Amino acid sequence: MELLIGQMFAGLSLGSVLLLAALGLSLTFGQMGVINMAHGEFMMAGAYTAFVVQQAIADAGVSLLVSIPAGFLVGGVLGLVLEAVLLRRMYHRPLDTLLVTFGVALVLQQAARDIFGAPSVDVRAPAWLQGNIEVLGAPIPLTRLFILALSLLCLAGLVLLLRGTPLGRRIRAVVLNRDLAETSGISTRRSDQLTFFIGSGLAGVAGVAVTLIGSTSPYLGTSYIVDAFLVVVAGGIGQVKGAVIAAFALGVLQSVFEYSTTASIGKVLILIVIVVFLQLRPQGIFSLKTRSLA
Amino acid sequence: MMGLLRGRLGTAAGFTLGALLLLGVAPAVLPVFSLGLLGKFLCFAIVAVGIGLAWGRGGMLTLGQGVFFGLGAYIMAMHMKLADASLFGGSGVPDFMSLYGSGEVPGWWEPFRSPVVTLLAVVLIPGLVALVLGLAVFKRRVKGAYFAILSQALAAAFAVFLIGQQATTGGSNGLSGFRSFFGFDLKDPNNKVMLYLIAAVVLLLSIALARQLMHSRFGELLVAVRDQEERVRFLGYDPATIKTVTYVVAAVLAGIAGALFVPLVGIISPADVGVIPSIAFLIGVAIGGRATLLGPVLGAVSVAAAQSALSSTFPSFWVYFQGLLFILVIGFMPGGLASLPSLIGRRGKFRTAASTPALPVAPAPASPAALLKPEEEAAMPEEARR
Repeated sequence: MELLIGQMFAGLSLGSVLLLAALGLSLTFGQMGVINMAHGEFMMAGAYTAFVVQQAIADAGVSLLVSIPAGFLVGGVLGLVLEAVLLRRMYHRPLDTLLVTFGVALVLQQAARDIFGAPSVDVRAPAWLQGNIEVLGAPIPLTRLFILALSLLCLAGLVLLLRGTPLGRRIRAVVLNRDLAETSGISTRRSDQLTFFIGSGLAGVAGVAVTLIGSTSPYLGTSYIVDAFLVVVAGGIGQVKGAVIAAFALGVLQSVFEYSTTASIGKVLILIVIVVFLQLRPQGIFSLKTRSLA
Repeated sequence: MMGLLRGRLGTAAGFTLGALLLLGVAPAVLPVFSLGLLGKFLCFAIVAVGIGLAWGRGGMLTLGQGVFFGLGAYIMAMHMKLADASLFGGSGVPDFMSLYGSGEVPGWWEPFRSPVVTLLAVVLIPGLVALVLGLAVFKRRVKGAYFAILSQALAAAFAVFLIGQQATTGGSNGLSGFRSFFGFDLKDPNNKVMLYLIAAVVLLLSIALARQLMHSRFGELLVAVRDQEERVRFLGYDPATIKTVTYVVAAVLAGIAGALFVPLVGIISPADVGVIPSIAFLIGVAIGGRATLLGPVLGAVSVAAAQSALSSTFPSFWVYFQGLLFILVIGFMPGGLASLPSLIGRRGKFRTAASTPALPVAPAPASPAALLKPEEEAAMPEEARR
């Protein structure tokens, strides 16, 4: 029983990290079709933001609370710059955005190596997040519980924004039909910029969150980006609820596979599951119903 | 130079010139060490020919060519390890296995003792993997970004798998320390020259194959699938078959290149096959001109040469440079260097080509199909059916 709960929680926790990483992607990928390989590096930037903030503010608790909005801002601004300088001229070539943003990712990674050095750095977790709580006899680390709560909070915020505000209505209108939205007087240009700002900002928050469970290195982004994209693909492009289900399902499956086999075989099994799943539902768990053939 | 290669006669002349340079001039003037280095670049060029077909011509952004490269390379490396162990060690067990593993050769290594099985497997296994994956993906009309991400995940999973199996694949160290190649001593300079010559011949053959494919009816269909997949389907062709065949050809070329890479370079490790090297294969193709015949080859060789010249002396600078190459070439010159003449000479024309949703293709002399307007494109398969 303890083992089962421990495993389930490990899966949920992994899923919450995946969700944080994938939420922003499902926005930028879903709305604009931009495949942002630098998303992982925006996470890394968020993680280093947490590190820098902690250098300035000694108290780990205060610095964590400051880091979360700071990470959002750093990620968001990086995203805005990327969108304004490169991506907006490439909306008609979605596949090429993948390669351009890969170039951006390489540059950001090397910049992090030159600024912070190649060895990884650590961010201290505040005292109130150290230790475990027991649930039915299974020890559950508080940091992981915090990340789970943070990712659900971000999800709730995003859903509220998309469903409950005029801004969200405009964003959804652009996702459904860009041309019609434009003829209805919505500035797709502004909507694109805002979407990219929010999506990249969420990457920054994810970066701050993962500093609690591991150390921060210039390679942080590369370890999350592929999994985050798999979540978006399996969930259905542009579908927030699909991303939620896919993230937790993949998290639980991965921790089960890794427990019953090894970490490396687990990775391969996950990929096979996704390929088989796409055989059944090529558009992911949820897909936008449109009349287009693509 | 490209302009001179117009026509069948020009192509034959160009091909002969290339063969003379690679097989005659290079071995005569270059020292053995540089020749080995050039051989390594040629391996990347062979991969690039396949990527040019799949990505440039077929529009399939394959981010997992490192997997097929790695399959070919590891199969060859396993054979060479086993052969060395029986030739020099006597025990028949590769050195690293007694170090990390049980000291016994696992069952799935055994077939690769045979040179014949190895040579067949180098071609067949990457081809089969690509066939299964291609059918699974393309038949269900998974395409575009979905395919790109899946192929990338494949590369990530492959590297993780190799690192995890320390006892049987050498883990993150990979396989290295080879002494012989099908009985030939790898230290002998004559054998090194022979390896280079094999790589050069394979590259020439793969260029010839790619040219024939591009100029065949199949090649025209492939371009049509890239630009208007639905129209091709409505005309009664199965785009999935066309894409799968191309993907398999690209995979087999990558597998052969990997198998040549191992004896030439002397090591294969997960660092050569993962996500980053897989994407890095693409930049040379993009610089040279992804949809042209020779662009990918020249691009891949120049990028590999630049990397080996710059990355050891200025490692930090090289990464920035590589990143900027991706940003500038893909962002601002998607046709690659091959499109430069038309960018300068016929600005207006290029702009209209770039404003269509299809990829702005370099107007290479060897690609009449790439220049077709949508109406002509749709008409083309009909023509082919007559």
